[in-house]
Amino acid sequence: MNFLTPFLGGTLIGFASLLLLHFNGRILGISGIIGGTLKRNSESKLWRHAFLLGLIVGGFFIYYFNPLAFQFTLNRSYVSLAIAGLLVGYGTRLGGGCTSGHGVCGMGRFSVRSIAATTIFMFFGALTVFIINHFLGGQI
Amino acid sequence: MKTSAVSFVCGIVFAVGLGISGMTQPGVVTAFLDFTGNWNPSLIFVMCGAILVYSVGSRLTLRRAKPVLCEEFDLPSAKKIDRRLVAGSILFGIGWGLAGFCPGPAITSLASIQKESAVFALFMVVGMLFFQLHKK
Repeated sequence: MNFLTPFLGGTLIGFASLLLLHFNGRILGISGIIGGTLKRNSESKLWRHAFLLGLIVGGFFIYYFNPLAFQFTLNRSYVSLAIAGLLVGYGTRLGGGCTSGHGVCGMGRFSVRSIAATTIFMFFGALTVFIINHFLGGQI
Repeated sequence: MKTSAVSFVCGIVFAVGLGISGMTQPGVVTAFLDFTGNWNPSLIFVMCGAILVYSVGSRLTLRRAKPVLCEEFDLPSAKKIDRRLVAGSILFGIGWGLAGFCPGPAITSLASIQKESAVFALFMVVGMLFFQLHKK
């Protein structure tokens, strides 16, 4: 098992989050950034669009060097994926953050709310995987 | 304009970090969440790396009077663990376990033109719009 590569990837994630805080004074929370582009008010959306574009451009780099990084090996129907998308979209907005905003930035700032959120979503994620893998034969 | 340039670079670096760490592979994510089965602990190291850099770096950064390009730091002010935080995190956790995608990897994976991530990302945005319409 190689632990250095995930650790290196993690430091890049932390570094990107830190850059956004250092230069723009913003928390790098993906769900919040996407959510902000969907609002009607006049708050500046340009930086949010630029960030999301960067995420996709970064995706092209990854795809170019290692297409296997996007392997989808799970046995999931499109209906399950759609329901999962709805839950993630609605849930992250209601809960005020996802893996990046709560899990990295919030945990990194030792925010009690983020520590609670991260514990809860990891627990329920694990519970869901447990049910799918152990009761449904790994497919849904 | 400068803030958008920085955001763009942050997006690229973040995406590359996701790709290197395995977060763009739903199978790796669900294997990490499968504590009682064939557990793959690698994402622990992703979190450790990210939190280590951010916790040390943000402490230094927040000593500044203001960010480099803006007038003030825009930090979350809520302190209480309320029902919304708990309910939202439960829903998110279930969806995360179900598909193996969280929001960042879902957007980054759009670059791979893959149906699975596209369906997930589309409905994720619909879920966010639904929240937008129904919040008081």
